[in-house]
Amino acid sequence: MAILVFVESAEGKIKKTSIEAVAYAHALGGPVTAIALGAVEKAELEALGKYGAQKVLHVADERLSQGIIQAYATVLEKALQDESADLLVLANSSLGTPVAARVATKIGASLASNVVELPKTDGGFVVKRSIYTGKAFAWVELKNQKKVIALRKNAADIKEVGSPAQVTPYSVTLGDADFATKITSSEKATGEVLLPEANIVVSGGRGMKGPEHWGILEELAKTLHAATGCSKPVSDMGWRPHHEHVGQTGVKVAPQLYIAVGISGAIQHLAGVNSSKYIVVINKDPEAPFFKAADYGIVGDAFEIIPKLTEAIKAAK
Amino acid sequence: MKILVCITHVPDTTSKINFTDNNTKFDTTGVQFIIGPYDDYALARAIELKDAIAGTTVTVLNVGPADTEPTLRKGLAIGADDAIRVNAEPTDSFFVASQIAAIAKETPYDLILMGRESIDYNSGVVHGIVAELLGIPSISPVMKLDLDGTKAKLAREIEGGKEYLEVSLPFVAGCQEPIAEWKIPNMRGIMSARTKPLKVVEPKAVDSGVKLQKFELPPPKGSVKMIPADNVPELVNLLKNEAKVL
Repeated sequence: MAILVFVESAEGKIKKTSIEAVAYAHALGGPVTAIALGAVEKAELEALGKYGAQKVLHVADERLSQGIIQAYATVLEKALQDESADLLVLANSSLGTPVAARVATKIGASLASNVVELPKTDGGFVVKRSIYTGKAFAWVELKNQKKVIALRKNAADIKEVGSPAQVTPYSVTLGDADFATKITSSEKATGEVLLPEANIVVSGGRGMKGPEHWGILEELAKTLHAATGCSKPVSDMGWRPHHEHVGQTGVKVAPQLYIAVGISGAIQHLAGVNSSKYIVVINKDPEAPFFKAADYGIVGDAFEIIPKLTEAIKAAK
Repeated sequence: MKILVCITHVPDTTSKINFTDNNTKFDTTGVQFIIGPYDDYALARAIELKDAIAGTTVTVLNVGPADTEPTLRKGLAIGADDAIRVNAEPTDSFFVASQIAAIAKETPYDLILMGRESIDYNSGVVHGIVAELLGIPSISPVMKLDLDGTKAKLAREIEGGKEYLEVSLPFVAGCQEPIAEWKIPNMRGIMSARTKPLKVVEPKAVDSGVKLQKFELPPPKGSVKMIPADNVPELVNLLKNEAKVL
C-alpha cells in the first residue's frame, strides 16, 4: 500500500514526531513518500530518506511557511491522488490533527487520531488509539480503502534504514478559499525544546512558590536537554505561559521521563502525563497523591534537591 | 447573529474509567457526567458574545441518547436560548460531525463553536470535519475570539506559542482556555432552562468507515521506588542504569 507522510517543520527543521511518522510508515511496508510544505532546509528533507522515505516532495510555496489548515488539506488531497496513496500518516499536533480531519473528509477516508502503535493487519486494519485522556485505549477498525491516521508521540521507533532521498519539487494550484484564514502574527519560543516533542520534561507546580524560582528547573531542563512544563495553577496564576500547562485541559505529554517538582498530582494533571514512560516525583509532602503514579520518588525540599540533581546528572555524563 | 455551540456529555475529569460487556461498553456505574470542559469554554464565550452583540441567539447541540438531556439543560441554564439533541449514540467523530453539519445546513449559523476535543474520545477532529462538510474555515485550538462585524480576530495555540489569525464569518472554532471563564448557572438560569425549547431530531444515516472493536485499560502501575533525600546521585544511577532514560 502506497503511503504518504505529511512532515511538519519548525525553524526549517523537520519535527521529531514527523520523523516518527516516516518510521511508522516504513514499518508498515510502504512505499513511502514524504511531503513537506513551506521553508525547510534541503539537508533535512534529504535525511528523511534515511528513516524510510523513498521519495520526498517539497512544496516551496512561501505562503505555506505558515500552517494554513485549509491550504495544507488541499495540497495533501492532491498529493495523495498523484502518488496513488491510500494511506496518509502524520503526527498529532495543533496543525496535523485539524489537517487530518479535513483531508479525511475530502477523500472519504477512515480517520483515526491519537494512534499509539502500529496497526494489527491480520484481518482488517485495526489501530490502537489513546482515549479518556490517556486513561484507556480503544482498538478501532479502519474499514475504508483510504485511511488517514494521526500519531501520538512515540508511536514508532526512529531507525536509520536507508540513505538520503532525492527531493522533488511539487506544486499545487491554490485558490482564495484555501487562504480564507490569514495568520497575522505569531509568538513562539525559539531555541527551546518544545514540550510535545521532548524526550524529557521537567515540570513545576505550586510547590515552587513563585515564578522567580524557576531558574533551578530551567537549569535542570537544560542539563537534560528537556522541555519545561507546569501544572494548571501555575499557568492560571501566570507564573508560566499557557503552552507549558501539562494536564487534562493542557498539553498531554508522552516523554521517556517526566520529572514533577512540587506538584501534588491532581487527577487532572495525571491525565496529561500518564503516557510518560517513567515518572519521577519530588515533593516535600510524603502524602502527595502523585507518588502513587510515580516510578521513583524523593520526599524533600525541591530547593535543595533540584540543584543536587542537576549536579549529579552533570557528573554522570 | 446565530451561534451554534456543540457540547459533549462526558465523564467528569476525576472519573475512574472501567468497561463492561467484555470491554466493549463504557461502565457508567458511579460516573458523574458533565459538559466537556473544552465545550464549556466554547459555551461561555458564546454567551459573552450574546451579551455583547444585540440580537444574538445561542443554540446548544448534543448528539446523544435521551439520558444526555440534563447536560443540554445545563447548557440552557448557563444561558443558551434553545437546544437540539440528535437522538443517537455518538459512536465516532465522523458520525457526530455529519449530524452537526446536517443541522447547520438546514439552519445556517454565523459561528459554530465547540471544544478543541472531547475528553472521552480525544479525537480533536470534529470541528475540522464539520467545517469541511460545510465548506467553511476551521480553526483550533482557539484561545481568544473577538468579533468586529463579520470579521473575527483569533488566537490559536501552537506548540511553544501562539498564532494570531483573521477570518470572516461563518467558520468553525475548536475552543480551549482561556477563551472565557466557565459560567456557573444561577438559580434563575436553572429555572428558565426547564421551559426553554429542546428539540429532538433523528440522526441521518452515515457510514463513517470506522468500527470500535474493544476497549483496553493500561497495565497497572508498579509501586514507586523511594530514594532518600540525602542520596540524590542514587536517583541518577537508577534513571541511567535501571530505567535507561538518561
